[in-house]
Amino acid sequence: MSCKSNRNGERRMSVKSRRIGLNGDTAVAYAAKQANVDVISAYPITPQTIMVEKLAEYVNNGELDAVFIPVESEHTALSAAVGASLAGARVFTATASQGLALMYEILWIAAGLRTTVVMALGNRAFSPNINIHCSHDDLYAVRDTGWIELIAENVQEAYDLTLQAFKISEDKKVLFPSTISLDGFILTHSLEALYVIDDAYVENFLPPKDPVYPIDPNNPITYGPLDLQDYYIEHKKLQDYHFENSYPRILEIFQEYSEFTGRTYKPIKTYGLDDAEVAIMILGSSAGTARFVAKKLREKGQKVGVISLTLYRPFPVDKIKEATKGLKALAIMDRSLSFGSPGAQLYMDVASALVNEREKPLLFNVIYGLGGRDLTPDQVEYVFKKAQEYAKEGEVKELKLWVGVRE
Amino acid sequence: MGSIYLTNKKNVWCPGCGNFAILNALIKALERLNLKPESVVLVSGIGCHGRINQYVNVNSIHVIHGRVLPVATGIKISNNRLTVIGHAGDGDAYAIGLGHLPHAARRNVDLTYIIHNNMIFGLTTGQVTPTTPKGMRTRSTPYGNIENPLNPLLLALVSGATFVARGFAGDIKHLIYLFEEGIKHKGFAFIDVLQPCVTFYNTYSYFRERVYRLEETDYDYTSFKKAIAKATEWGERIPIGIFYKIRRETFEEQLFQLKDKPLVQQEIRINLEKVYKILS
Repeated sequence: MSCKSNRNGERRMSVKSRRIGLNGDTAVAYAAKQANVDVISAYPITPQTIMVEKLAEYVNNGELDAVFIPVESEHTALSAAVGASLAGARVFTATASQGLALMYEILWIAAGLRTTVVMALGNRAFSPNINIHCSHDDLYAVRDTGWIELIAENVQEAYDLTLQAFKISEDKKVLFPSTISLDGFILTHSLEALYVIDDAYVENFLPPKDPVYPIDPNNPITYGPLDLQDYYIEHKKLQDYHFENSYPRILEIFQEYSEFTGRTYKPIKTYGLDDAEVAIMILGSSAGTARFVAKKLREKGQKVGVISLTLYRPFPVDKIKEATKGLKALAIMDRSLSFGSPGAQLYMDVASALVNEREKPLLFNVIYGLGGRDLTPDQVEYVFKKAQEYAKEGEVKELKLWVGVRE
Repeated sequence: MGSIYLTNKKNVWCPGCGNFAILNALIKALERLNLKPESVVLVSGIGCHGRINQYVNVNSIHVIHGRVLPVATGIKISNNRLTVIGHAGDGDAYAIGLGHLPHAARRNVDLTYIIHNNMIFGLTTGQVTPTTPKGMRTRSTPYGNIENPLNPLLLALVSGATFVARGFAGDIKHLIYLFEEGIKHKGFAFIDVLQPCVTFYNTYSYFRERVYRLEETDYDYTSFKKAIAKATEWGERIPIGIFYKIRRETFEEQLFQLKDKPLVQQEIRINLEKVYKILS
């Protein structure tokens, strides 16, 4: 493909691409193959399984020169990934829901030891009761652990963000592991047409990993030794400092990839916010539904907008402050619950990001789509209506709304 | 079928699945033992087998992947008058949850642990498990499995299980006998069931040609040495039956707290009023 303008008038790629059809899982696997990973360790769990199956196939076909370890649990999958990453390898793993929950202690270790593991999450609800469909419980369970979190809205983004995740994690100004979230079944199993970069061009964006302090017999070092009252807090302050400082570098890498492919990547996506009075903030594949409704309402003259996030951690506080300026009411939609909290996870994030702003919209929380329940345009319209109502009355009547639930 | 142990829930296993034999054999064993449905607890894990708790009309809990034994142990210790039966797949019992098996066995908690061993991850559509034979092509080993399979019977034996058996889903009559004996056994009863997966690994004819019943030989299941030797027999002939059975004090029998009655029937001996006073 040569230089053409796309719908948004952006310059289209100096890089050769082709258009193929893949589902979310195979698109992520394709990107990991193109990233030329060295080690893949994974355990099957729906709806992620296709990713690792596909990678096992690439390795066994000789298309990818990597070691595939079919481990005995997710705890082992991430532990093996941590070891491989510290030894200097480019590492990929993937999981969902309970698999992520079983990885929990290693999530902190992978981040604290500054590994560069890249992990895809086929977002799925936590038990009980057993459910294999989409909630964002697993995505939110990562939020405190020190991982970079990227969220795809469609299959193209799942592919693009996987490539960017390796670049981000391995960057010397970052050195933190990354997750790419894609809605279980809605994206993992849906076939979409997407642009994939020709193999020969991938390395221009993503050179081989240049490990920092890899495990080296000639220069032995110790990872993660006992660290008590004497130094632990200093090390945590440093980790926090570096995590926050990865943010500007992530934005630069987004920019670099946007220029490379012609597909724009920014930490947040906004629609209609130039003049919007009320807006919805939402994550993942449902953002498209929200925009579809917003477009219809805007055609009728209603001033509504949509905000969605591509980068969830580090949380893009500055962009959210900027985007919400001038809004009268903002509905924050969560596909998860945080029992006993003031609101669900995204609501709490946004509320604390805006707390000291002089002018800020009224905020309320909407719970939707748990366990794969569809979010319909009617429900989105209802949420906009509520936001308009609250904006008009100047107060939030009900802080937590549920949509799509049988009463 | 009309058994009091069956629910009317629609069964969704593949036609011909080895799980049907295990389900039917369990129902028959419960009938023969004449256990009250409310006195039985069934704990199942993650995988195709896990749905068994919807089909058997007893108390049941569907736990997370690999954790059948810890939950079953907790139930048994809290109310040792219950009959507790754990169902797990080979992915459950031998991969993610393997760590629990040796400990449950050496502890000798009075449980029955039935493994639906189809040597493949069936629910996630056919990936390698710890009992997949070497060289076997699966979705995650498209050019053949390079790892040696685990011998679950040997592991149970050396861990101290007091009842070790193997069944075959193609021999229901024998399976009923094993389940009945396993449930009656005082102590940890481990029953590995060779279960063909008609969709991803159909082993019916393979096993049918090879299995033979230990009960039809002069095998003596009280000898640990003989059991170890028998457990290594695998190839042209594959033994099924009770490999090992001895009586050893169970975990619960040694707990002085359970001497009189189960924990759940005991009164809480803390004076809460006093505690509140101290705290206030």
